[in-house]
Amino acid sequence: MTDVVKSLRNPLILIVGLLVAWQLLYWFAGDIAMRAPAATIRYTANLLTTDTFWVHLSESMRAFAAALAIAVALGLLIGFWLGLHRFSGDVLEPTLVALYSIPKITLYPLVLLAFGLGMPAKIAFGAIHGIIPIALFTINALRNIKPILIKAGRVLKLSPPEMIRSVLFPAAVPEIFTGFRVGFSLTLIGTLLGEMFASQRGLGYLLMTAIGLHNVDQIMAVTFLLVVFAAAISTVLLTVDRWLHHRV
Amino acid sequence: MSVVSIRGVTKVFPASKGGETVHALGPLDLDLQQGEFFAIVGPSGCGKSTLLELIAGLQQATQGVIEFEGRAIRGEIPDGVGVVFQEDACFPWMSVTVNIAFGVRNTTLSQAEKARRVRDVIDMMGLADFADSYPAQLSGGMRQRVCIARTLIREPRLILLDEPFGALDQQTRLLMGDEVLRLWRQTGATVVLITHALDEAAMLADRIAVMSARPGRVIDAVQTHWPRERDSRIVERDDFGAVTSRLWKSLRKESLKTIGRLPEPT
Amino acid sequence: MKRITVYRVLIIAGAVLLLELLCLIGIIDRLTMQPPHRIVRDLAVILTSGSLNSAILKTLTNASIALALALVAGIAAAVVLHRYKALRETLDPLFATYYAVPIFAFYPLLIILLGLGDAPQIMIGFMLGVVVVIVNTLNGLDRVPLVLKKTALIQRMRPIETALKVMLPYAAPYVLTGAKLAVAYSLIGIIGAEFIMSRGGMGYEISFAYNNFDNATMYPLILLILLVSIAVNGALSRWEKILLARRGQG
Repeated sequence: MTDVVKSLRNPLILIVGLLVAWQLLYWFAGDIAMRAPAATIRYTANLLTTDTFWVHLSESMRAFAAALAIAVALGLLIGFWLGLHRFSGDVLEPTLVALYSIPKITLYPLVLLAFGLGMPAKIAFGAIHGIIPIALFTINALRNIKPILIKAGRVLKLSPPEMIRSVLFPAAVPEIFTGFRVGFSLTLIGTLLGEMFASQRGLGYLLMTAIGLHNVDQIMAVTFLLVVFAAAISTVLLTVDRWLHHRV
Repeated sequence: MSVVSIRGVTKVFPASKGGETVHALGPLDLDLQQGEFFAIVGPSGCGKSTLLELIAGLQQATQGVIEFEGRAIRGEIPDGVGVVFQEDACFPWMSVTVNIAFGVRNTTLSQAEKARRVRDVIDMMGLADFADSYPAQLSGGMRQRVCIARTLIREPRLILLDEPFGALDQQTRLLMGDEVLRLWRQTGATVVLITHALDEAAMLADRIAVMSARPGRVIDAVQTHWPRERDSRIVERDDFGAVTSRLWKSLRKESLKTIGRLPEPT
Repeated sequence: MKRITVYRVLIIAGAVLLLELLCLIGIIDRLTMQPPHRIVRDLAVILTSGSLNSAILKTLTNASIALALALVAGIAAAVVLHRYKALRETLDPLFATYYAVPIFAFYPLLIILLGLGDAPQIMIGFMLGVVVVIVNTLNGLDRVPLVLKKTALIQRMRPIETALKVMLPYAAPYVLTGAKLAVAYSLIGIIGAEFIMSRGGMGYEISFAYNNFDNATMYPLILLILLVSIAVNGALSRWEKILLARRGQG
């Protein structure tokens, strides 16, 4: 029992700390800049009851789900190819790393021009944020498999498909999952950013219009929702990540 | 009858970027008798692990022929050969039982036969209490036992051990040595042990080959004449010291060469 | 090694050529994208004419300031957190979930707090970069072998001295990993902020050019940012490799 309490204590302290800091900042900055925690929570609760909000939310969720699916599929494909095929990996991995360093927000106009405004642009922008980290982590995962495990597989006379299925993949899963976790966050941000400029619907759009109209309540509420959502999922993924790594 | 015959074998590694070719091993000639416990000692870098991997089929000889049970080994792991490595080769995501069962995975045995073998081997290796534990929960010695179990379950006729106890402390090493002797007697397999510990080789083996510094060649072969029923208490015998002295006499010069000093005039 | 580089150059050149071809044939129309050779030419024109130099300078300067702040604050924070475990454990979930949070949403708040100048942008760039520096530096500090820390104690080194002369140098490759990411993030922060709401800088110029269908200005600027970030990243990577090679790793 005390273990559970202990593991909850730190996050709780953090949350309380953040709320306190928020309140203090509010007292310093005033109503023109932000809202107090209580007010934001109330506004958010209210917002969640409106129909229009759910329309925007489902739009965002659909875009994000599609972007994530694409990012994972392509990321894993590229990752396995470059991770298993030594030569291709040596040739192209540095290129991937260089592409990763590009501030993808600069590619935004390009995406808009290529896909037009709307859903495809959002999905594309979200996906390009997630593909590369997933691919890179997968490559690393495959490369960092302890060579002794591969030797053991050879000595047990495993065929190549069996080797991939029963040794390489399970050995690489923890690191691949970390890549998925990172890709998840980045794809979320990417999709959101995409919505801020390219769409008339979605949470990103809500945020953008709120910024434009200086609707502080809405800015705070949408941001709050996004933070809570992102933090919650992130924490779940992190727990799975830790469990996977601790086994290995 | 020679179960393994090695004829004129050399191993040369091609030059890596900026280096030269490495003549790691040979030329070597060696014959291993069916059912014997054979040890190989030598200074670091002399190629003993390479030799083991050549016999196992994990690497190809540059020149010469290695035969196992009369058939040449050609880049493929021959049937009936088991290998235990120095590093921990347990699959961390599998429990002890699953790890061991993995050893008979792709054989043509029936499910019932596989299950029986798994149970027998777990009992034989004293792992029954840890059958559902994961490698991370076990000590180094126990993990090596799991690896040995995974090798034995295939009932190999030739067992190759590449410094299997290198990562363990001295006491555990001695006990594991006894285990290996017991298994050797029980299975009747031929055992080849690579070790840098002279007392370990002297204690366990029927015959010991001493290898020179790189490129490794056999410079001495010592018969121990120990009885088959032996264990670690053999070190108490008066003639035990004679074996280790002879090994060290041959080995000392070679080891000095490896650490960069020329041997003194004897 | 050489062979790998040749292949890589060929593949990249091939991709660019393909793009060029698709543009010239018309599969990619002029409104969507310029042919690569024109983009390069336009970039040369922009750079030599100096018309956008102030914008370029503004963005790069602000990004550098944000980066510098992120590095200094990040490394210092990491050293402190490494020492005070309780604090670190409390903040850990924050670091782990930090990058899922849309930091840009705080931009309006920052403008109100810090005014309409460059400060809010630099703050965003800083906020984006600092955590990745902290996380990576902590990772590096975690890996300092206990024996080195014990040696420092025996040499009677004070904590700050130990941090500066033993721990950070050991952790340097990992700090560099964090620095590389911080470079990208500070650029994202500044340029993103300039997109949203600005009166100058490359982000603003790109946004302006986009809205006016001025591909001749937009694409070269995008290319310039890509080149700068790849160049800086490449330099830091090379440094990282040298550090790792010296230790016989990597």
